[in-house]
Amino acid sequence: MALPRSFKRALWVFHVATGSCNGCDIEIVAALTPRYDVERFGIMLTGTPRHADVLLITGPVTKPMLPRLKRIYEQTPDPKAVVVVGGCGSTSGVFYESYNVVGPIDEVIPVDVYVPGCPSRPEAIIDGVVKAVAKLETLEKSRGGE
Amino acid sequence: MNNDSINLKVGQCAATTYTVPVGPVHPALKEPIRFSFDLDGERIVGVDIKPGFAHRGIEYMGMKRNLIQALYLSERICGICSISHPLAFTQAVENAAGIEVPPRAQYIRTIIGELERVHSHLLWAGVGAHELGFDTLLHLTWNVREKSMDLLEELTGNRVDYAIPIFSGVRRDVPAEKAHLAYEALDYYKSLLQQMIDAFLHDKSVEMRTRDVGALTYDQAIELCAVGPTARASGVKKDVRQDMPYLAYADMDIRAITPADFGTEPRGDVYDNIIVRLLEVQQSIGIIEYCLENLPSGELMSIPKVPALLAALKKASGEGIGRHEAPRGEVIHYVRLAEGVEELAVWKVKAPTYSNLMAWVPKFLGDEIADVPIIAASIDPCMCCMDRVHLADAAGNKTTRMKEELVRLSREKTRRICG
Repeated sequence: MALPRSFKRALWVFHVATGSCNGCDIEIVAALTPRYDVERFGIMLTGTPRHADVLLITGPVTKPMLPRLKRIYEQTPDPKAVVVVGGCGSTSGVFYESYNVVGPIDEVIPVDVYVPGCPSRPEAIIDGVVKAVAKLETLEKSRGGE
Repeated sequence: MNNDSINLKVGQCAATTYTVPVGPVHPALKEPIRFSFDLDGERIVGVDIKPGFAHRGIEYMGMKRNLIQALYLSERICGICSISHPLAFTQAVENAAGIEVPPRAQYIRTIIGELERVHSHLLWAGVGAHELGFDTLLHLTWNVREKSMDLLEELTGNRVDYAIPIFSGVRRDVPAEKAHLAYEALDYYKSLLQQMIDAFLHDKSVEMRTRDVGALTYDQAIELCAVGPTARASGVKKDVRQDMPYLAYADMDIRAITPADFGTEPRGDVYDNIIVRLLEVQQSIGIIEYCLENLPSGELMSIPKVPALLAALKKASGEGIGRHEAPRGEVIHYVRLAEGVEELAVWKVKAPTYSNLMAWVPKFLGDEIADVPIIAASIDPCMCCMDRVHLADAAGNKTTRMKEELVRLSREKTRRICG
């Protein structure tokens, strides 16, 4: 497989936990640390959505996190890709009938890639981010930019 | 303007404290929680904590599902303590229904529980190093941690959420042919432990950033009912495995680990928290070794057929409590079963972070704003375990919130109608 053109630049990722159980969150950190080491591809966690290309979102959206998630999405500059990590963020999963859960992420903001698993394995998370790269590439092409 | 008024202004400025909000989404926090710090210069003089962002209403959901479904839900209270909650929950239900657990199953539960402590404490140590800005140590620690994840995957089939305990026993065996993998991992940790202790405890920069930072005295720890390593770092010899032995712990001589075991006087600061957690990794290795060597033979479940198990649980009635020393401290599950109903009548969970939350206040007070990340991390907080909703607010407060909510709803409707 040829590397997508977007690999010319480093992807910066912002991680948001909207009510997750920490399972996917620790697997995201595991993906960044030496065993899986996504930093060798230039993928790096950033401290603010304003610097991010990709939003990695874990967990179902709880009511208090709803306005925060919308705001984080708005703060992320275009072009951006949204990756949902884990079954509960994709479909609400086991948290399907709670009074404090609004629903899966795609009911709140548009989602580009769904990573399955409860929790998702680091390999699956890396695969999800690679798919987001392809998505960003098409977005950039359609805007006529590099 | 005369001199007097200038002096007055200077005086006012000096007395002003500033409020700095941190969270709910903040680079120093891995999970959503909101802190509000009152600062006098760089010093923290007041702190307010607002949890509740990760509350998913698990107890409520669990009471609407049958017990085995609720067991899977209990596993997803927290992805890091993903065996601590099921261990406490199964014990509570077995206690209420009067179900016996075969000895082999008790030992297997203990092995997985202790492996979880190894990975959780190493995870914490790495996060702690990251909060200090020492990312090399984060990567080193997490690389070492992967060995325990490999072993957990080998024994249970999953890196996280192991699905091992079930009411009346365990779902998977630790077969003899896999024991050598476990011994190999234990030898790996034994050979690396001294290196980890050197990297954390004999490192000048770690010591400078953590000694006397975020201190919790012995009396404060007792007064605030701190649990787990947070309490033990302050010298409180408190450990469920020691105080009320359960599972295989009753067959061993387990003592609560305090900084005194490292030869230092307990001060309850972040450095002491590191000592306790690293020494507990060593303790867990010993426990796993004992369990592997003395693994009793016999069945895995006293009621092996799931339909029979569900029927037995449906017939049962009564109350039960399950306690487990999770990596972060004592976790308690309380259940009440009603006869003829598949669901739980009552389910109450008390996660360790809930007890340790108030310990944050004395830990923060008097320290600098730059120490916030490491002090916040020092109790190893787990919001997803403990978050709950608060309805007991002052009446006036509630109406204002309602009003805001109504205004927001009204505006949204206008937008929707006008397109």
